[in-house]
Amino acid sequence: MSTRIPLPYGPKVLEIFRNPKNIGRMDDATVIESAGSPACGDMIRLYIKVRSEGDRDVVEKSSFESYGCAANIAAASILTELVNGRSLEEAWRISWKQISDELGGLPPIKYHCSILAVGALKRAIRAYYLNKDKPHWLPQDLTLEEKQVLEEEEMIERYYGSMKAIVDELK
Amino acid sequence: MRVSSKVKELLKEHGWPAREVYFDLENSNWVPREVVEAILPFFNERGYGHPSVTHKPGWEALEEVYLTKELVAKTIGAADLDEISFTHSGTEANNLAILGFIAKKDNRRRGGKIVVSAVEHLSVIFPAEYASQLFGLKMQRVPVDEYGFVDPELFKYYVDRDTLLVSIQLVNHEVGSIQKLKELVDVAKSANPNVVFHTDAADAYSWIPIDVERLHVDMMTISSHKIHGPRGVGALYVRNEVLLEPPLKGQLSVEKLWPGVENVPLIAGFRKAIEISFKGFEHRVSYVKALRDKLMNGIVSGIPEVLVNGPLNKGRVANNVNVSFLRIEGEALTVELSLHGIYVSSGSACSSRILEPSHVLLAIGRKREEAHGSILFKLSQYHRESDVDYALETIPKAVERLRAISSWKSC
Ligand SMILES: Cc1ncc(COP(=O)(O)O)c(C=O)c1O
Repeated sequence: MSTRIPLPYGPKVLEIFRNPKNIGRMDDATVIESAGSPACGDMIRLYIKVRSEGDRDVVEKSSFESYGCAANIAAASILTELVNGRSLEEAWRISWKQISDELGGLPPIKYHCSILAVGALKRAIRAYYLNKDKPHWLPQDLTLEEKQVLEEEEMIERYYGSMKAIVDELK
Repeated sequence: MRVSSKVKELLKEHGWPAREVYFDLENSNWVPREVVEAILPFFNERGYGHPSVTHKPGWEALEEVYLTKELVAKTIGAADLDEISFTHSGTEANNLAILGFIAKKDNRRRGGKIVVSAVEHLSVIFPAEYASQLFGLKMQRVPVDEYGFVDPELFKYYVDRDTLLVSIQLVNHEVGSIQKLKELVDVAKSANPNVVFHTDAADAYSWIPIDVERLHVDMMTISSHKIHGPRGVGALYVRNEVLLEPPLKGQLSVEKLWPGVENVPLIAGFRKAIEISFKGFEHRVSYVKALRDKLMNGIVSGIPEVLVNGPLNKGRVANNVNVSFLRIEGEALTVELSLHGIYVSSGSACSSRILEPSHVLLAIGRKREEAHGSILFKLSQYHRESDVDYALETIPKAVERLRAISSWKSC
């Protein structure tokens, strides 16, 4: 096949993959956001229900759907477990490294799985504040995870764009 | 955590499935007991010496190397034993063919070309790229059709005065297409009689009849672990008229093109595996073909949103089933199936070093999202119908579970 690489997953990845938490769509979600695409080979969709408690916005519940490898499914599952019950401010501070560590340390080639999960979360949080007053902790500029996710999505768009140009030219 | 301890814990979590069926014969193989028994004496009972030294254990080794050469020669129709060289893998045989040919000064010219098909194994594509970079040659990849076949009409335009070397495999390792090789060789040689034609027959050997004289190929690769032999032995057939420069340098022994001492125990295992494979050849192939059809038809008719990769029936090698399950990612499915004791591989990007799906699947026109969901099964005479039944019972449940989680919804 293509050039293969060893994937020493920790036992945690397998344990969660076998038995993921918080799966499936949520009908009463406040925000729904995705990151990645089928063409990239991984796509996470996050459903989050937010409840306001005074000046705190709290994740009442969250769930996910994932098209991706075992690490991708495990990363999304861990993420939903980490954010449930937390304020959006706390959730915003979750880093891809934290997700990877929670999974027992992903192999470097799988870092993008935790980046994708956190990227989807950050998108969801931004979406929540889209037509509201922005809290002070929400930065204007895209974070590392958001940039990485965009880059992956754009790379595939460009690839398909150039393929389409070639096909059109042949017609 | 150290990699070894991490994987140990991973295996503990995985557990030992109640039933196991190994279908990943593409990537490597278990070695049958009879083959292991043919190997073992050569470690410490006999033939453990160097085959080019004048003592009894050396001569015993030499005898074994030649017995295996005779059998290889006979099974591929080679006239002369000197035309067979053992290497330590199929990868090495392909490297020897391509780098060894181009490294020989008389074989290359300024402006010369190497032509390969777009679906070759990477052990052909990479050496061809490397050789062309090293010596300033051109490399061209011939495209294939949606089933993986090189069209002889199109191929014609790739061979001209400047073409030095062509390498096109006999059977594709991922999608199982059996090339019309004789036709391609004829096209190449009539466009340029000096062209040297190499074929990688690693996935054809013991699955379709091969006769190097009839095919008129100049070089041909085979590999032991693709036919239930031990991994770590390959062989290259090189027609006497074709001269190579050994790309590796060191002390020569029996082999004049590949230095280092021959791996006699594994060569003995290779011989046993060849004997087994060629005994009742046709019966074995049709037995496996029936299993293949059962597996492929069972998957296609039992599971929605599945694509068959490669030829549907005609022109497909007897042991290959390659399908794409849409809306799930192949690596996740290999893990899910492993938990149930079904061992397969995927051409998805997630299993790859470069995060790109299989170049073979892209070359036959699969979209990325289709390639990511691909699963390759390879069958052999060691599979039973009940193994296929177990697979057909297990796969739909695995696919169903992952599709239920999937964020890629059906339209
Ligand atoms: C078509 C083809 N060529 C070459 C090889 C390489 O052989 P080896 O694994 O012995 O290096 C393989 C192995 O998968 C193969 O399928």
